[in-house]
Amino acid sequence: MIWNESNECMGREEMRELQNRRLRETVERVYHNSTFYRSKMQELGVTPMDIESIDDLTKLPFTVKTDLRDNYPFGMFSAPMSEIVRLHASSGTTGKSIVAGYTRKDLTTWSEVMARTFAAGGCNRNDIFQIAYGYGLFTGGLGAHYGAELLGASVIPISAGNTEKQVQLMTDFGTTALCCTPSYALYLAEAIQEMGAKDKLKLKRGFFGAEPWTEEMRREIEDKLHIKAYDIFGLTEVIGPGVAYDCTEQHGMHINEDHFLPEIVDPVTLLPVEPGQVGELVFTTITKEGMPVIRYRTKDLTNLLYEECPCGRKTVRMNKIMGRSDDMMIIRGVNVFPSQIESVLLEFGEAAPHYHLYVDRENNTDTFDIHVEVRPENFTDDMTSMLNLSKRIEARINSVVGIHARVKLVEPRTIERSQGKAKRVTDNRKLY
Amino acid sequence: MIIKQLSIFLENRTGSLTGVTQLLGDAGINLSAFSLADSSDFGILRVILSDPEVAKALLTEKGYTVTLNDVVCLFVPNTPGTLSKALILLSENGVSIDYMYAFAMKDDMARVVIKPSSIERCIEVLQRSNLQLANANDMYDF
Repeated sequence: MIWNESNECMGREEMRELQNRRLRETVERVYHNSTFYRSKMQELGVTPMDIESIDDLTKLPFTVKTDLRDNYPFGMFSAPMSEIVRLHASSGTTGKSIVAGYTRKDLTTWSEVMARTFAAGGCNRNDIFQIAYGYGLFTGGLGAHYGAELLGASVIPISAGNTEKQVQLMTDFGTTALCCTPSYALYLAEAIQEMGAKDKLKLKRGFFGAEPWTEEMRREIEDKLHIKAYDIFGLTEVIGPGVAYDCTEQHGMHINEDHFLPEIVDPVTLLPVEPGQVGELVFTTITKEGMPVIRYRTKDLTNLLYEECPCGRKTVRMNKIMGRSDDMMIIRGVNVFPSQIESVLLEFGEAAPHYHLYVDRENNTDTFDIHVEVRPENFTDDMTSMLNLSKRIEARINSVVGIHARVKLVEPRTIERSQGKAKRVTDNRKLY
Repeated sequence: MIIKQLSIFLENRTGSLTGVTQLLGDAGINLSAFSLADSSDFGILRVILSDPEVAKALLTEKGYTVTLNDVVCLFVPNTPGTLSKALILLSENGVSIDYMYAFAMKDDMARVVIKPSSIERCIEVLQRSNLQLANANDMYDF
């Protein structure tokens, strides 16, 4: 089912015209309402008059995650606070969150793109949606919620966690559509098996995202839950979930390009690549009012597919993400940068910490182990306080980064030194 | 009365302990007392040896994390109740014990290494009751 035929099936020429107009409006908006974007454009000697069509995108400056962190909390907004009706946050590269602000119209846009997502998977008002993405500052829960509500489905706002209850409601309420992270879906599948609930379920479809997942994982989810598993893509800076979505063909995700203009650039030169080539995914929002972003570098690597899709939609598709051009990891749904860990470890001693991060997957849950060398200033003859040291570091990491890690103290000089940039991370999960 | 004890951080893996003992042995350092406090990830090795300062410098140079701590070594007759009396004495005088380790052979005086909450008070209390404490040079040369 296609939720919005006129936009999802719009001819290329007509789409281009629409994008041109919306881009011009957005550039006007940010130039006149955002000191950040105005000064960036002035630095480049660019004014809104120079932007007539999407071909002029390359004249505009890029935006990166640290820009959002540096302008925390509301420096990236292009609307007054009186018009911002929703705030969401997610982790930045160190400590500070990145904040997203939405006007009422932005929330309408968000619901629209999510409704398209769910309709593309074949859902409608007769579905019962279990939203097991976290509700709160994270965009996943509320994003999916409002989309499913607009669709007309019956929405269960259960949020993440409490697996027993998830299975119980799934059984009692007759859930037909599941929304959660792919690794949680696998975790739920095990629980369903253990609780003997498998034959009592009415699950038909699932919409999974917020972390990278492979075709193998998709097949495993589909086998274990007896459902069709659809990929969804998004990021807080652009809107949240709803940027791109699988159709029933599942050959690349359709990008809502009437709202989010995609580009693929070479991550080193930052120049656009040849059509179809792999590079870094960049988005320019062309309808957002609260926090429009211009040429936001996602650091995700993929390519765009322009050929017509058998589903009838004419919107450009993106391939599954193939990797990242930075060192960010997503562990149990949380964005984690090695630099964040390093800054926490620095709090516990003066010398630069020697550490290594080990990420793996056990029982379908991500594990995160940090080995850090003991520094002389941290060592005492007191067993209790040495044991406490790892606990205190764990508590601090949880507080700053938002994730439970296991900290192991190791002897000095046991962690490999390297000549150039240290390879601090061993990720055994094989996600790409 | 104050005995210098070396504490060394050791990871819980094969070869961790022998790395230290081999190093000290090769350097001609003699071990008088040895205790290993363990947890699941790591241990703290506590040693009394012939050259505490030399050993500390040597181990630090080789990359080990070490500290020097003050302990006492008490002699008690190897008969029932003698240790208990000494510990009650300390307890009644406000000295608590962080850790201790001890050993005795049949006809021998028991040697009891104690890390007290306050080393000065501990020495004062024990000496006042005529209990025998080892001197540092009974165990190693200064």
